Amino acid sequence: MTESVTERPFVHFDGVQKSYDGETLVVKNLNLEIAPGEFVTMLGPSGSGKTTCLMMLAGFEAATHGEIYLKGQPINNVPPHKRNIGMVFQNYALFPHMTVAENLAFPLQVRRMRRRDVKDKVARALGMVQMDDFGNRKPAQLSGGQQQRVALARALVFEPELVLMDEPLGALDKQLREHMQYEIKHIHEQLGVTVVYVTHDQSEALTMSDRIAVFDDGVIQQLAPPADLYERPDNAFVAQFIGENNRLPGKVTAIENGVARVALDQGPDVLALAVNCGEVGNRTVLSIRPERVQVNNVTGSNRLDGHVRELIYLGDHIRCRMQVCGRDDFIVKVPNSPEHAMLREGETCTVGWETDDCRALDLAPGAM
Amino acid sequence: MTDATATHGPDGLLLASDGTPLKTKLRQSMKASRRRAFGLVLPLLLFVLASFVIPIIMLLWTGVSNDTYASNMPRSAPLLRAWDGASQPTEEMAEAMVLDLIDARKAKTIGKVASRVNREQSGTRSLYTKSARRAAKMEAPFIDALVKADKDWADPETWRATKIAATSLTPAYYAAALDYKYTADGEFVEQSEERQIHVKLFWKTIWVSGAVMLFCLLLGYPVAYLLSHLPAKKANLLMILVLLPFWTSLLVRTTAWIAMLQSQGVLNDIFVWIGITGDEQRFSLIYNLTGTLIAMTHILLPFMILPIYSVMRAIPPSHVRAAKSLGATNWTAFWRVYFPATIPGIGAGGLLVFILSIGYYITPALVGGQDGQLISNFIAYHMQKSLNWSLAAALGGILLAIVLVLYWLYDRIVGIDNMKLG
Amino acid sequence: MTLKTLIGAASVLAMTTGFAFADAHSEGKMDAKKALMDAKAAIEKAMAALGGGTMMGGASYEFPDLDGDQVTVVSWGGAYTKSQVEAYHKPFISGTGAKVVSEDYNGGLAEIKAQVEAGNVTWDIVDVELSDAVRACDEGLAEEIDMSALPDGADGTSAADDFIAGTLDVPCAVPTIVWSTIFAYDKDKMKNGPKTIADFFDTKGFPGKRGLRKSPKANLEMALMADGVAADEVYDVLSTDEGVDRAFAKLDSIKDDVVWWEAGAQPPQLLADGEVAITTAYNGRIFNAVAAEDKPFEIVWDGQVWDLDLWIIPKGAKNKDAAMEFLKFSTSTQALADQASWISYGPTRKSSAPLVASYNSKPDLKMGPQMPTAPQNFKNALQNDFEFWADNQDELNERFNAWLAN
Repeated sequence: MTESVTERPFVHFDGVQKSYDGETLVVKNLNLEIAPGEFVTMLGPSGSGKTTCLMMLAGFEAATHGEIYLKGQPINNVPPHKRNIGMVFQNYALFPHMTVAENLAFPLQVRRMRRRDVKDKVARALGMVQMDDFGNRKPAQLSGGQQQRVALARALVFEPELVLMDEPLGALDKQLREHMQYEIKHIHEQLGVTVVYVTHDQSEALTMSDRIAVFDDGVIQQLAPPADLYERPDNAFVAQFIGENNRLPGKVTAIENGVARVALDQGPDVLALAVNCGEVGNRTVLSIRPERVQVNNVTGSNRLDGHVRELIYLGDHIRCRMQVCGRDDFIVKVPNSPEHAMLREGETCTVGWETDDCRALDLAPGAM
Repeated sequence: MTDATATHGPDGLLLASDGTPLKTKLRQSMKASRRRAFGLVLPLLLFVLASFVIPIIMLLWTGVSNDTYASNMPRSAPLLRAWDGASQPTEEMAEAMVLDLIDARKAKTIGKVASRVNREQSGTRSLYTKSARRAAKMEAPFIDALVKADKDWADPETWRATKIAATSLTPAYYAAALDYKYTADGEFVEQSEERQIHVKLFWKTIWVSGAVMLFCLLLGYPVAYLLSHLPAKKANLLMILVLLPFWTSLLVRTTAWIAMLQSQGVLNDIFVWIGITGDEQRFSLIYNLTGTLIAMTHILLPFMILPIYSVMRAIPPSHVRAAKSLGATNWTAFWRVYFPATIPGIGAGGLLVFILSIGYYITPALVGGQDGQLISNFIAYHMQKSLNWSLAAALGGILLAIVLVLYWLYDRIVGIDNMKLG
Repeated sequence: MTLKTLIGAASVLAMTTGFAFADAHSEGKMDAKKALMDAKAAIEKAMAALGGGTMMGGASYEFPDLDGDQVTVVSWGGAYTKSQVEAYHKPFISGTGAKVVSEDYNGGLAEIKAQVEAGNVTWDIVDVELSDAVRACDEGLAEEIDMSALPDGADGTSAADDFIAGTLDVPCAVPTIVWSTIFAYDKDKMKNGPKTIADFFDTKGFPGKRGLRKSPKANLEMALMADGVAADEVYDVLSTDEGVDRAFAKLDSIKDDVVWWEAGAQPPQLLADGEVAITTAYNGRIFNAVAAEDKPFEIVWDGQVWDLDLWIIPKGAKNKDAAMEFLKFSTSTQALADQASWISYGPTRKSSAPLVASYNSKPDLKMGPQMPTAPQNFKNALQNDFEFWADNQDELNERFNAWLAN
């Protein structure tokens, strides 16, 4: 994380707080540094404060407390139109009374660019999003995906160094969304602009980002590259929010060399990485990814009995719901390959996992 | 189409499974639903037909047709129509006239006939009623008998005026509505200057309507903007204030205007108190054009605010944000992005206010004084006071034409699809 | 200002919109114009006796039993209708047991015409101006009335002789009052007020706004009288183009100072509010403001233009018989005299004149001198010539409207 912010941060949130009503904080003490050229995604459920952060960065909301720096300059008092930040909105916000070309020319015209340059730049921007032939259409005559490309081109055409995107793909269908994810990623790589991207879709975030800031309750729960976020969640919220995980409640009985011994509520003692479980005697939740659970030929140090409740055939793998330690929402993903166990409903088997794959985390609010 | 169940008939038409062409089949299946749809709108259709379309057609018809003379004086009317208007009136015409006068007096229609002819030439009313009283005793030669009863019968102008009145289908009223006079020779002559009024009034009506529309826009636009950006609770309160004039009876409203605007009224008292004007030079704010403008702007304001408001509400805030993020100043964002998006509302509100103004009549009648009267006041005057319905109809027909032309212009310039009533 | 103005304005409005008095244009024609012209002389004679006479016996009208019947009486509203309710309706109700429904209207024949033509006549008896009475009769909108059925005068003279000569000659209408267009000013605000009709047009000598009715009627006549035309020559002059030009030229001289009124209730209000310094008005309205509201208004009778109001029964009225009874009673000597004690419109029966005493709530206020026809008021008076207006109103209205708009 820190290695990407060796130089002066491009964007810097410094202790930023935001409240709309003076009673509750929507954003609580936000500190975030973004390096030039980085693609950072703010990921979180709705109401977690991620969009508010984006709006403060764009200048449409004022920070109640704290300061935001852009290239080292405080920008709290800089009006939005002077921040030179490109922005793609959730519903594209294309101007319906202007053609595509006029939409693209708008930011150049307000910068009093010469007409010839405007034309060139608009043409180039249209080419970049493969919309060369659509310059004379009105936004209403375009499909959702095409509008999305135009919105993207418009946010980039005046060559901002920072581009903000507020759930830009939310209105597209799944296939188009995945396609656009790659396209945005490629454009980002090609242009080298810094992107701050807001979404509530974890797979989108994982696909595109250099780093992801997981928001909940106005706080960044974890800021990490996608792989870290998935493999090594810092707390129960992140573990739960990013991907699937099985959770087993218990109590820490000992901690030794970063490994905790946890007495499960309805089962034996198991070992887990002591990530965020506090001291001995605390209650904790163990988090195990379903694909890391071993069935029958268990090599890991932890072994338990599982009763197969339900099997769902998903082609590349079989999804198996089991009862483990009294909880019957324990999910195991069994790869569909000859060397893996064939399970039957109602059967009892042995499940287990490596200690490294099991993380002892905090009790996420409402998790139990 | 490669669907195996569809077959093609000899002429290449698609056939349904029972052999009838698919199009016929579709029509049959649509018929029932179309009949039901028609049944649903039928009551409204009849209502609109009876209360709107037919009256308008009758209005336009009344504007060119007046058979008061022809139907009550059946003998003389065809003779007069056939008469060239230049030669001496014949004995045959005189005899028909006398017989008609006798009948009309018996039938008590002489008053109507006399009023009709009197519109063409002042003074003929008494000529007709007087002659009708004496007609029963007249003897041939009737032309002399008439002249003996009143020497005006010797004046060819009397007969020429009657000839115009005897023509049932006539452009005379439309001519009069445009300050022209239709003569017995079938020519249009400009009305003498001191009697020209209608064209001037039409222009004035258009001008006043335009001014009211502009004032409504200037006052209403910011209010609509505020309304659409306030939280719902406050917006509702403000909306009630906006709609208040709607819910106030005409009487109360006009009373309030009088109390506010008259020269000894609240507004003038305030002006004097602040020192804007002296006690002797109070402003005339009511019973003149100013009063009409103020009152009409007040009452029509909601018609401007509501469509603009509903359009503004539908504009996503992200548009202005987008404009700003693209580098536009507040003004540029408003003028190039927000304002164009509100044009449908402005168009709807403007057209609504303009068309309502053009036909407005009670308010100018109450607070307009003499120079605040509009063409509709004259239509009402001819309907209610002078009972010259044909002229009223002709004026109304022209007003209708003006509105249609404006509508057409609006469609050409702004596009009627661009109108949003909310 | 404030509350008083507001209430005043409200009352004006109520009048303007609902029930204005005498707001119609005379159109029409009757069989006996000449006879009517003699009426002035007859009235002068009758009025000489007014105020000086002694009370005679009771009315010669006998109430029939009309229990269960109903009459809808339509008039102009305001103080005028009140005078009729007091003098006609109340005694009639208690005498006959019939129900009387009072309705207000704005004058003109439009509504009567609509009712007659639709065959659904809901008005039984209507108070109209002379010109409308004549026209209603000409066009068959009113029932003919058997004049011999009218009760004798209280002094025993037959109705035909008792009514002011010529006023009974419209075969469909029976006259009730003589009213007049006069001008008035506020004597608190103008100590040395105008005396003659010429003063009305003298805005230098008597500065301030003028109130005039928004109609050429009476205005053109007054303009000519102010310009030096004798009353009995007014209509001759007005019959020529030069005369019309002359009248308009006179009106032109004060045009910028004119506030135009339309309803009878407006002029007293305009005076009270100080909106105008001098205004023309119907004499009864000014009288009412003085007598009932103690306003310091002064009437100038010089150059007054007087006219008649009459009852007509619309053709096909549902309660024609009861309406006829109402008509007979209300035009009896005593009823006409009683009516005149509520408002200063003169009775049309000679025999009523001696019975007119004083204002109903003020015994000191003798009604005689308040009447348009009182000798001292009648010196320079002009009768509205409905026939002139019937012949020329289209043209003069048009020109008047054009003149106003320019």
